[in-house]
Amino acid sequence: MKAIRNFFENTKPHVQKGSKFHWLHSTHDAFFTLLFVQKDTSKSGTHIHDYTDLKRTMGIVVLSVVPALLFGMYNVGYQHFGALGQLADTTFFQLFLFGFLKVLPVIIVSYVSGLGIEFIFAQLRGHEVNEGFLVSGILIPLIMPINTPLWMIAVATAFAVVFGKEVFGGTGMNIWNPALVARAFLFFAYPAQMSGDSVWISASGIEKMADGFTGATPMAEAVLGNIEFSAWDAFIGLIPGSIGETSALAILIGALILIVTGVGSWRIMLSTIVGGAFMGVLLNLFAVNTYMELEFWKHLIIGGFAFGAIFMATDPVSAAQTVRGKWIYGFLVGVLAILIRVLNPAFPEGMMLAILLMNTFAPLIDHYVIQGNIKRRLKRAQVNA
Amino acid sequence: MSKHFKLKRGLDIRLKGIAEAVLEDAPAAKTVALKPTDFPGLTPKLKVKAEAQVKAGDALFFDKYNPEVLFTSPVSGTVKAVNRGERRKILEVVVEADRQNESLEFTKADPSSLSREEIKEQLLKSGLWPFIKQRPYGVLAKPTDVPANIFISGFDSAPLAPEYEFVFESEQSALQSGINALAKLTDGNIFLGLPSNQENGVFSTLKNVEVNTFSGPHPVGNVGIQIHHVSPVNKGDLVWTIPAQALVFIGRLFETGKLDLSKTIALTGSEVKTPKYYKTVHGTNLSELLNGKTKEENTERIISGNVLTGTKVAKDEFLGFFDQQITVIPEGDQYEFMGWAAPGINKFSAGKTFFSSLFPKKQYTLNANMNGGERAFVLSGQYEKVLPMDLLPVFLLKSILVNDIDKMEQLGIYEVIEEDFALCEYACTSKIKVQDILREGINSMIKELG
Repeated sequence: MKAIRNFFENTKPHVQKGSKFHWLHSTHDAFFTLLFVQKDTSKSGTHIHDYTDLKRTMGIVVLSVVPALLFGMYNVGYQHFGALGQLADTTFFQLFLFGFLKVLPVIIVSYVSGLGIEFIFAQLRGHEVNEGFLVSGILIPLIMPINTPLWMIAVATAFAVVFGKEVFGGTGMNIWNPALVARAFLFFAYPAQMSGDSVWISASGIEKMADGFTGATPMAEAVLGNIEFSAWDAFIGLIPGSIGETSALAILIGALILIVTGVGSWRIMLSTIVGGAFMGVLLNLFAVNTYMELEFWKHLIIGGFAFGAIFMATDPVSAAQTVRGKWIYGFLVGVLAILIRVLNPAFPEGMMLAILLMNTFAPLIDHYVIQGNIKRRLKRAQVNA
Repeated sequence: MSKHFKLKRGLDIRLKGIAEAVLEDAPAAKTVALKPTDFPGLTPKLKVKAEAQVKAGDALFFDKYNPEVLFTSPVSGTVKAVNRGERRKILEVVVEADRQNESLEFTKADPSSLSREEIKEQLLKSGLWPFIKQRPYGVLAKPTDVPANIFISGFDSAPLAPEYEFVFESEQSALQSGINALAKLTDGNIFLGLPSNQENGVFSTLKNVEVNTFSGPHPVGNVGIQIHHVSPVNKGDLVWTIPAQALVFIGRLFETGKLDLSKTIALTGSEVKTPKYYKTVHGTNLSELLNGKTKEENTERIISGNVLTGTKVAKDEFLGFFDQQITVIPEGDQYEFMGWAAPGINKFSAGKTFFSSLFPKKQYTLNANMNGGERAFVLSGQYEKVLPMDLLPVFLLKSILVNDIDKMEQLGIYEVIEEDFALCEYACTSKIKVQDILREGINSMIKELG
């Protein structure tokens, strides 16, 4: 430990402005602060500061995604061998290992390209590397279909970091959830590679698919009027879909971590689910086709709804920031997600668009909540006068 | 008449080292000092030179823009030094005490029988006026103003704060005289905020005041929070606040005709061997008081005041003007390997991401480490949790950062001063300098609107 610390302390003067390796300043700082909480003490203001910093907070979010990630790895293997009709001959460990080896490169590509750009921007702007990408970097792989080529992941991540975040000034300033910007970029730039039935199952061996196996997600099937998925499979997560989004169970474990630690907003999670359920019920009442007749609660466990509600809609920067605003924002995310999913056949999943749309409107919602506060306080003055 | 306010939001930071209810005489102060830096926005003008002989009550300096506001020597003795900082800014005026305790003679009379002007003049001349702050802005009250109401908090809820019932145990008559004097300065009421559990305490039996009771976590004892709930400050309103300690000084002044600034302070914090109360004098030098009473002199931070709003002082420096407490905590200027990832059983936190949140009663040793680098605002809802006021702190701070006077006004800058937002700064994940930003906003309000 001491040796590492000495290394960083000794090299620190060489990465300052004006010295030889000044272009490594942000990188040096990022790794030093990651490994060691610095010895800086309070110079003004309060003398004590909470132990929670952004690294802790983002660390908790990453931890909360781990169950979904691990299950996603397993499911990649499960879907692959399922497609081959070889499930009976493979062990749990083989399934997981297959998925692990498929998913790991995606994670590495996402982190390397995203963090690389973050480091460069931090250096150019002369500020510290922000922890925000630690979360985006793990969320991006989880919302991608397993067959997405790695170069696309790299391009999308770069796009998301530059145009989703850095152009606005970095973490804390962005309007949209960066991970969803990456997904939306791919969705619109490479529609052929991002939809259809073949992208959800790991590619190798697809041509020898077992009889009756389509590889389509429940939603793609449902649009065609085939509602055959088992609710139990959808809850556990043994259905085709993006890497980390399929298991409502694993996502619920993540939600629990976020709520217990207070890192994620339970208000947004709850209101999103309520909004989704509300829209589901509404569609049931006016149902004219089989998809609209789908029981409202089933909407909550298929597709990206649960993942979006827990990990995406709750991004504190791009969500509404006032208490009342959060309720409205979440509710509308839920409503729009199901509305788009069921009534617009061009978009088999509505969660991504619903969240991005509400991200756009979150400042407007907050604006009205703030105006409400201002008016209430003005009224108080008139009552007193 | 009296109303009860039950506040839910806030945070009691459970520090180790609360003062035991034992009172001891501190060694007599060799030197005392007044620090103009204790008053935001003050431009001091010296009235004495080094080596001048002064009595208690002789003016040391005055406010350049309100020359009748005097700052007087707490003891009799010799002016030893005027310590200056950058650009010759006056930091301290130090008086060497001669231990004679000679005071100027002031009017000795029952304040109820005096007129507003007589009381005002006596407070200005004696140097007790600077204890009065105005809201909005928390700056020195102007002698020409008449406040709508005067607010006093009868308890301190800050971490390790002294227990007022103990500190003022034998001061009830002085408190009452002080209140009677202040009552002459306003046409409105004197509002006294008290904790709900004191039926027969020193404060609850005071007369001539409107009592409201409060319960909840810190900052419930902050007078600004109490004003917000009793009668909020809107645009154009003006109220005054005064600390309870100043009531005692004012009461003694009218009862005896002499300036007697002896007071009881609490020596607290995890680095103090036996935290307890000491009887000392206003503005005292800390070196005799602290000598041998702390654990490890080289690695500790001495704070005049509490850990949220106090001022860092060296051991041979002086007690702040408004401070009734000294807190000594570890400096914490050490690296910690992967500290942010630790389980954190010993890491008290406003959030729930550390295992310490499983122990709701435990007391902690906290140090002055920043525990992270400064970031932009990322998390939402954090400040609101520790601020029991109906305003939106993050949006107020953002309006200050972009210097939007209209928005600051609408979002409530008239109602808050640094101490009210101190907990927000403590809890902030992004380590934003909330109190500095707020003072910047208040300064631009004063500059733009006067």
